[in-house]
Amino acid sequence: MTKHTESDDTDKWDIKITSGGGYLDFHVKELWHYRDLLMMFVKKDIITVYKQTILGPIWFIAQPLLTSLMFFVVFTNIANISTGAVPAILFYLVGTTLWSYFSETLNMTSKTFTENSSIFGKVYFPRIILPISKIISGLVKFLIQFSLFLIVWLYYVFIDKKITPNWFILLTPAWLFIIVLLSFCFGIIITSLTTKYRDLVFLIGFGVQLAMYITPVIIPLSGVHGKKKLFFLLNPLTSLFEAFKYGFFGQGIFDFRWIMYSVAFTIVLLATGIFTFNRVEKRFIDTV
Amino acid sequence: MNNEVVIKAEDISKLYRLGQVGTGTLSHDLKRWWALSRGKEDPYLKIGSENDRTKKSESDYAWALKDINFEINRGDTIGIIGKNGAGKSTLLKLLSRVTTPTTGQIKIKGRIAALLEVGTGFHPELTGRENIFMNGAILGMTKKEIERKFDEIVDFAGVEMYIDTPVKRYSSGMYVRLAFGVAAHLEPEILIVDEVLAVGDAEFQKKCLGKMNDVASHGRTVIFVSHNMQAIQSLCKKAIFLYNGRIHSQGPVEATINDYLKKSSTSSYVSFQGDHKYSNEYIELRSIKVINEHEVGGNFSIDKDVRVEVEAINISILSEINVNLFFNTLDGTCVFATCSIPQIIKPGHFTASCHIPAHYLNDMVYSLNIMVVNKGAHVMLAKDVISIEGIEPPRPVGWLGKFPGLVRPKFNWDIK
Repeated sequence: MTKHTESDDTDKWDIKITSGGGYLDFHVKELWHYRDLLMMFVKKDIITVYKQTILGPIWFIAQPLLTSLMFFVVFTNIANISTGAVPAILFYLVGTTLWSYFSETLNMTSKTFTENSSIFGKVYFPRIILPISKIISGLVKFLIQFSLFLIVWLYYVFIDKKITPNWFILLTPAWLFIIVLLSFCFGIIITSLTTKYRDLVFLIGFGVQLAMYITPVIIPLSGVHGKKKLFFLLNPLTSLFEAFKYGFFGQGIFDFRWIMYSVAFTIVLLATGIFTFNRVEKRFIDTV
Repeated sequence: MNNEVVIKAEDISKLYRLGQVGTGTLSHDLKRWWALSRGKEDPYLKIGSENDRTKKSESDYAWALKDINFEINRGDTIGIIGKNGAGKSTLLKLLSRVTTPTTGQIKIKGRIAALLEVGTGFHPELTGRENIFMNGAILGMTKKEIERKFDEIVDFAGVEMYIDTPVKRYSSGMYVRLAFGVAAHLEPEILIVDEVLAVGDAEFQKKCLGKMNDVASHGRTVIFVSHNMQAIQSLCKKAIFLYNGRIHSQGPVEATINDYLKKSSTSSYVSFQGDHKYSNEYIELRSIKVINEHEVGGNFSIDKDVRVEVEAINISILSEINVNLFFNTLDGTCVFATCSIPQIIKPGHFTASCHIPAHYLNDMVYSLNIMVVNKGAHVMLAKDVISIEGIEPPRPVGWLGKFPGLVRPKFNWDIK
């Protein structure tokens, strides 16, 4: 604690704690340093969810299966809603798997600040690690559920021979990546806003539920017409879901322009998300 | 030891909003937005009030820290001292990057680890092993580092047998030992420790302080925040004394502690006015003062006499009355009560003083009740009117622990 001197400003400092600025920064190097923590969070998420359950990870599979069966009974048998040429159960299976990934990841990441305030109040690590860990642990669950879909899909392709995939199936990881980004961005924007206004939590829960009905989860886009179709398409998920199915089923609506719309939407959302998240993470602990 | 500066704080200030933080902010924000959009000034920004918690602030905002400047060299051991609310925890939060300053900046060189709590991120469903990795990672260790220290940590905590059991089945002792074990095996270049770590049983405290001494003796930088002057003096070479959010003084530890003790015993007394008025048709209480060697103060040195003076007005009681003082702990247990001899007091102003000899109170916080009794029933009862804190001057001998008990009377001993 020597007297304040001006001469050492040329020194190299590792950390600078300031009031603001750098809102669009994404510190990859720092994230890399904390990669082990990221993996620990992922592991924790996966381990703790099904601890002390009898069936354990089987629930991962049971969830989409039961939802699809329910949809089949309600929408196909009772309401007579057509899923086009795609077998209904397959259609619902891919829809619910994708949708549950999106909505659950959004739901988890949107609680980042409120649920972890006790940790955040005690120790520093890049806050963005927590929502990232949620998208990864969600992906693990997604892959398990997706393999269930693949099994059913293989049955319909090779044994039942009702559907024929096309080469667009190779772009599946790209569509998935954009869906992951979308849920992540929505989540971090919501969590940034809810540190101040808790009311949003209720609105969001309702909003996500509604959003499912303008995403081709139950009804294929080809079954929607007129103004309603525009509503569907303005939802950035719609063209991605359709493109996903287009590859696997060889049918559906694949429109490159709307894909570009989704990509642009995602990029804008990502910038917004990182901006708001960085802004909030610096000082949210003073307000929760 | 070289004189390389590893932490440099430049003009840092931190503004906090008072009152109900987190609720009703939407309406505040809307009002502010409405005011600003009409070209009026921000109705909520009446800043500039110091963070003096004994007075009610007129503004909704207060500076928890104001214009803080300091430099810390490599290998320094620094104690941060000050009353509750002086800004110690805020400074700690800023240094550990939990929150950011409102103005100014802090520059840090090297790896920094802050222990504001043991067992951050422990999950009850995870096993001891998993939690060691989890907690270590949160504190900034890499997996490799934790693997290297793993056996040492388990050994330190003494939980080999239960290492693969979920920690929710651990006894609280095992839990704390494991949590501290991880923290103790961190190897940062700069270690920030909050005094909350030093609570718990004596053995744990000793372990904790011992470990910090260890760290300090290896030439690493330690910043320690505490109320415990014993611990500060033995661990730290320098100290920063915060007072109402500003640095009151900094420098060698002895001088700074003396300054703290001096400053602490000259702060305030409570005058009963406005919201805190205690009056009825019989009695009106005016004020209470705690005087420690002729100085009025909320804190007192326990090796000096303490006088408590109650000023009041007798409005209408013509028979005998007596004045009682209750000394309570903060959780409401009455430590003792003392009362004056019943006597007739002429209507009008009077002062009742109670002398408490030196070496009677302990170094803790007491909350005082005033009761005025007439004909066997109380005519006035004022609860928790003032909190006073006993401060112990540095002890000459090595033991740093807290004296147990709610009082610490000095009795005569004979050893033959």
